[in-house]
Amino acid sequence: MIRVVLPAHLRTLARVNGEVTFEITGELTQRALLDALESRYPMLRGTIRDHVTQRRRPYVRFFACETDLSHQPSDAPLPQPVADGSEPFLVVGAMAGG
Amino acid sequence: MSSVRLLVGTRKGAFVLTSDGKRMDWKIEGPHFGGWEIYHMKGSPADPNRIYVSQSTSWFGQLVQRSDDGGATWEPVGNRFGYDGEPGTHTWYDGTPHPWEFARVWHLEPSLHDPDLVYAGVEDAALFRSSDGGRNWEELSALRTHPSGPSWQPGAGGMCLHTILLDPRDPARMYGAISAAGVFRSDDAGASWRPINRGLRSNGIPDENAEVGHCVHRIAMHPKYPDTLYMQKHWDVMRSDDGGERWSEVSGNLPTDFGFPIDVHAHEPQTIYVVPITSDSEHFPPDARLRVYRSRTGGNEWEALTNGLPQKHCYVNVLRDAMAVDSLDSCGIYFGTTGGQVYASSDSGDHWTAIARDFPAVLSVEAQTLP
Repeated sequence: MIRVVLPAHLRTLARVNGEVTFEITGELTQRALLDALESRYPMLRGTIRDHVTQRRRPYVRFFACETDLSHQPSDAPLPQPVADGSEPFLVVGAMAGG
Repeated sequence: MSSVRLLVGTRKGAFVLTSDGKRMDWKIEGPHFGGWEIYHMKGSPADPNRIYVSQSTSWFGQLVQRSDDGGATWEPVGNRFGYDGEPGTHTWYDGTPHPWEFARVWHLEPSLHDPDLVYAGVEDAALFRSSDGGRNWEELSALRTHPSGPSWQPGAGGMCLHTILLDPRDPARMYGAISAAGVFRSDDAGASWRPINRGLRSNGIPDENAEVGHCVHRIAMHPKYPDTLYMQKHWDVMRSDDGGERWSEVSGNLPTDFGFPIDVHAHEPQTIYVVPITSDSEHFPPDARLRVYRSRTGGNEWEALTNGLPQKHCYVNVLRDAMAVDSLDSCGIYFGTTGGQVYASSDSGDHWTAIARDFPAVLSVEAQTLP
């Protein structure tokens, strides 16, 4: 079971409370995780990564296992604790602006 | 009895204000989408309970929300604004080519007749259309790909298509205004466009009479006289009586000819309103006095409207989409400020009342007159 923690604004948009959980078959990568997330919550399309380029939005970061994964290639495997559900994948809004 | 619904977009959320026809007491609902920038919200003239909202932040990008019940509930609809084909470049602030990049939706203009048809003016400047209630958006790319497009440069607020006017007499005629390119008109429902900026003079550009390159802040029309257009430009208030073929200056006795909004009285097509602002770097009212100026002669002769507006220590601005009129008798005029006030007049501007005082900075105000 994959666990994803969304920032507050995106939890409101997706109308969820707490963590989002779902299953993924095959290798777990950033792209696979985000594809699955957006498939279940289509209103999140374009909010985490650009609709057209599929690049991570500049003020969004990805953390897991106390590591910043934001700059990892989209098709690189995510850490095993994320894949087995013992650690969540965090989508974080940068602390910037007002 | 008729009533009025105001749609107020702010830097930190959307508000819906309602009142009966007396317009004395206002009920405030919101913020909807708290924390998000609401550049614009507008109801369908064909179905006033259909409301479209442009919602964005730097963090999470652009969303479009839709209500089918007058703002009681909302549904996120399509937010994919992809330019048609390879978008190419426009001109950056430093004169170098810069790729066209979508930033946000500045303005939503629902069709006069079909609630599911809505246009979006975006930054970087382009026009999009949805014919399914906002679920899918397609670019009307003839505007962005006009031969002058590579020369367009952004204004200080970004290169935005901020005004869309639909001609009620001719469904094929529409206008788009872009900072800082100018006004463009289509006579074939967006299939082709041409600049209509003759008569505009901008002494901050190399050729002050250039075909494009003018920082138009806002244009307005009265629906019964769609050939007459009014414009608040970066400097100068302008008027055209031939659908934009030729413009003439009507700044007259205004204390400053800089400002952002301009609007037309619902029942008096020659009565127009502007809010003069000290130009360029200051962007607050001259003499720190907030004054709406009204012309009953379609320009040139202006009177200051001050009753109920702060006349000392006032340093707010009124942005281009933040003024609206209702169609009751007598006409109501509304505007919002960057200081978070929303002012209303139920007597064509003679007297003003603050109906909200402490909102976030107001980005847009639209008025719906309901049966």
